[in-house]
Amino acid sequence: MVDTCSTENDNVCLTTLEFDPPWTLENYRKVGGYQAWERVLRERTPASQIIAEIKKSVLRGRGGAGFPTGIKWSFMPSNVPGQKYIVCNSDEGEPGTCKDRDILRFNPHAIIEGMAIAGYTLNATVGYNYIRGEFWEPYERFEYALAEAHAAGLLGHNIKGTGIDFHIYTHLGAGAYICGEETALLESIEGKKGQPRFKPPFPAKYGLYGKPTTINNAETLACIASIVRNGGNWFNVLGEPICGGTKIFCMSGHVAHPGNYEVSLGTPFLELLAMAGGVWKGNRLKAVIPGGSSTPVLPAEIMKRVTMDYGGLTRVGSMMGSGAVIIIDETACMVRLLARIAHFYAEESCGQCTPCREGTGWLARMLHRIEHGEGRMEDLDLLADVANKVEGRTICALGDAAAMPVASFLKHFRPEFEYHVKYKKCMV
Amino acid sequence: MNSQTEDIVLSPSVREEIDRWLVKYPPERRQSAVMAALRIVQESNNGWLSQKHLEAVAAYLEVPLIAVQEVATFYSMFELSPVGKHKICVCTNISCMLRGSDDVIAHLSKRLGIKPGETTADGRFTLREVECLGACIGAPMMQIEHKYHEKLTPERIDHILDSLEGRHG
Repeated sequence: MVDTCSTENDNVCLTTLEFDPPWTLENYRKVGGYQAWERVLRERTPASQIIAEIKKSVLRGRGGAGFPTGIKWSFMPSNVPGQKYIVCNSDEGEPGTCKDRDILRFNPHAIIEGMAIAGYTLNATVGYNYIRGEFWEPYERFEYALAEAHAAGLLGHNIKGTGIDFHIYTHLGAGAYICGEETALLESIEGKKGQPRFKPPFPAKYGLYGKPTTINNAETLACIASIVRNGGNWFNVLGEPICGGTKIFCMSGHVAHPGNYEVSLGTPFLELLAMAGGVWKGNRLKAVIPGGSSTPVLPAEIMKRVTMDYGGLTRVGSMMGSGAVIIIDETACMVRLLARIAHFYAEESCGQCTPCREGTGWLARMLHRIEHGEGRMEDLDLLADVANKVEGRTICALGDAAAMPVASFLKHFRPEFEYHVKYKKCMV
Repeated sequence: MNSQTEDIVLSPSVREEIDRWLVKYPPERRQSAVMAALRIVQESNNGWLSQKHLEAVAAYLEVPLIAVQEVATFYSMFELSPVGKHKICVCTNISCMLRGSDDVIAHLSKRLGIKPGETTADGRFTLREVECLGACIGAPMMQIEHKYHEKLTPERIDHILDSLEGRHG
């Protein structure tokens, strides 16, 4: 592994956008595509060395939980015989998030190469890419890339005569946010309802079809080839030192130029906002949901001094999440926003755990009634109480995801909720 | 009216397409293809699945009917009653809401004369409000069949619907 930087720009995932079309094998090759995979095949790089580089890169899971990828990979049993699996999570559905869609559409080979290296490293000969069912164009783009990679002898049986096999198949979802939860996703590939499993056992021990399985987000896997090609240190120094690399931020909501912006972790929020043209219509920034709908909302005055990285957002009481930055201007009603978020979680609760199934419904109904001028002052405490009773009492994180926004909206914008109750109308 | 009493036989082309999905999974894991099979059958049946279709899928995949029913009722993209020729799914989640998805719904409702969840009397359009479709930077947006339409304005919506009507009318 060499720790030298050979790329011209600092993008890791969205590297081919300058080419037309960006998604072909030919153009992926122009940015060093498949060099890492071909070298691994040629040199039979020891798995431990690859995992060490991933650890050195401090790449953390980009789907929302932020678990260190190298450590996750090291959980896979190395000496257990039998089938193992790599699963790519492209079930992107956290409100505000649309980065995996663009990697699938514009740089699908980065995901394929990442999956192939992951498969080799973890001794898995089969990988599934779980793409949400609504993502038809990204699915077709990914299938096209798979066909190209097969034709070029980069996937399949006995790849380039090395005796190494790796097959990738896509599995299409059919509309269920919960399938983004890794064990629900496994259930879904098995052809079942997407209901999360109890953990432990973790997927590394008991995963798809009961076999050792590693599940990584699409953006995470799209970083792997660059890390293996350029070294873990190269990736790490692209970003803030304790959480390396770049991250795609999906800038949506009241922003002048919505878009996916891949920047170094540690970039000041104001810099990111400026890249996206600032708040639209010259309006004043009111609040930001910095990492997808389940991450705690932050008022403008806090956001203005935040750096966009795991530590920076955790220190001010929110989270990096999936990198979905939802910009909210002064015209937005925070009650209405929270009511919409609560409705989402009530819709998407899989119904398995009582606190989540019932609690998300309560939250949604109470917020609906407050929004429509039928709330009572005691509802505000009841909201916090119900959210508290959901949080930490469910199999998966959907319950927490439903509860966290409630606490943060009430903490920072309580007067708006009180105004709604008192005057039966909106403050803004 | 729509209840069918006769068993449904999956056409050769439908079976062939399901088979293309079956090979992705271990041979003893035919259930993994339930979602793909339901989607394929739904697409071949004007966008919806009857109980008889679920039975046909269960029989073809050799899995219990309840396994197919669980999946068909759990995932939002499966339709268990007839829908319009074009299903318009409008995202109203927060990023789209902040950029005017209310206006999109209002415009479509007015033009089609239906509320979300309803189908036009001529059976051409079904209007739905859906959860985040993962195209937040293109908000407001909607999906019709497999296609995403982003950065919607009333004019753009009219243009999209006009071209649908023109092409199929």
